[in-house]
Amino acid sequence: MELLAFGDTGWGDELFYATLMTIAVSITAMFIGFLFALIFTPLKLSKNKFLNFIANSYTTIIRGVPELLVIYLFFFGGTGAVMFVASIFGYNEYIEINAFITGAFAIGIISGAYSTEVFRGAIQSIDKGQFEAANVLGLNKFEKFFKIILPQTLRLAIPNLSNVWQITLKDTSLISVTGLVEIMRQSYIAAGSTRDPLFFYSFAAVLYLLLTFVSMKLINRLEVKYSRGY
Amino acid sequence: MDIELMINSFPKLLSAAVITLKLLSVSLIIGLFIGLFFAILRLNKNIFINRFAYGYSYIFRGTPLLVQIFIIYFGLGQIEYLRLTVLWVILKEPYWCAIIAFALNTGAYTSEILRSAFQTIKPGIIEAGKSLGISNKVIFYKIQIPIAIRQSLPAYGNEIILMMKGTSLASTVTIMDLTGVAKYIISTTFKPIEVFIVAGGIYLFMTFIIHNLIKFLEKKYSFN
Repeated sequence: MELLAFGDTGWGDELFYATLMTIAVSITAMFIGFLFALIFTPLKLSKNKFLNFIANSYTTIIRGVPELLVIYLFFFGGTGAVMFVASIFGYNEYIEINAFITGAFAIGIISGAYSTEVFRGAIQSIDKGQFEAANVLGLNKFEKFFKIILPQTLRLAIPNLSNVWQITLKDTSLISVTGLVEIMRQSYIAAGSTRDPLFFYSFAAVLYLLLTFVSMKLINRLEVKYSRGY
Repeated sequence: MDIELMINSFPKLLSAAVITLKLLSVSLIIGLFIGLFFAILRLNKNIFINRFAYGYSYIFRGTPLLVQIFIIYFGLGQIEYLRLTVLWVILKEPYWCAIIAFALNTGAYTSEILRSAFQTIKPGIIEAGKSLGISNKVIFYKIQIPIAIRQSLPAYGNEIILMMKGTSLASTVTIMDLTGVAKYIISTTFKPIEVFIVAGGIYLFMTFIIHNLIKFLEKKYSFN
């Protein structure tokens, strides 16, 4: 137990901050994922074949390639890409990108592919009559989307989005390979310096279980809120 | 674009893909038995057995696969007693540690898939079997299991693809699978995009094959 003490003698505070880091990366990645879903869901639903193709390639490639490989691409390629863009503007010094940004972006792109599929499924399962009714009432496009379609989409999407959240949360453990100090990386450091990997990795497992458990409870509340009237 | 590097790395990555497929198939086979075992426990009416099986699947589904591999590979070796037993022959090999972790992980997901498949079997089918005088054992093996397999094929297909992606984590415990070799080539040549295209292409190809295989099986075992 003294291994988990806060302060200089134990790893308690380090692991606490690492847990906060995991939460921060997960939320950022989920948010980036939503932004990607916001772009790609309309493309998926569009009648234009070319736009369809772009969105389908995105979701198929990301969901068919291991997360770790995507992270390596961003970890090794991110710096190069940014330096290339900078060199166009005449800046040739070495630029190091923050591990948090690379990690959150890589996980965000993965999370976005799953979110896109969830939103597509939810919008497609909304009854056609709802769209027609909105048209008949003379609502403009904006009102139609935000007042009629979006609330119903959210109700249908939340259970599946909670799965995406779980996947995203667990995927953040892979960012540890880039050196970002989240739960996994901190456990690795602690296990290395105390020579007690069994304890620290088991404790990491407990922390992840705690995070999934608490977030499930919170999401269930959200689900109840959005199912009002059903 | 360094086309030459892409062509040169292709055979290396392809032979690494064989290791990925080996890891995948061995862990899927073991995982299927684990999953079936725990699915049957989940259907048991005894609350302790039931809770035990639920706890197993909850823990393995609620924690990242990476943690599970690390506990088995780095953690178990720390127990002095285990080093003296026969198990150590297996546990000192990263290959088998990875397979144990994958099998336990996919076993947890498979048990959930099979459990829900068993639960959706209409009671009428089992009752029909009983009224024909078929014994409970035969009903289970000849009626419930085949129907459950058919019901769970689509979900299990997804699980196979997820597991194939999961095997990439074997590279974190020094196994040179497809991702491991890809990472090695990237870190020696600093050409991440080219290597990603080739390695990702091989992964996509395998996903494609698995996807179509499952579709074929679904058609073959469909009721009509």
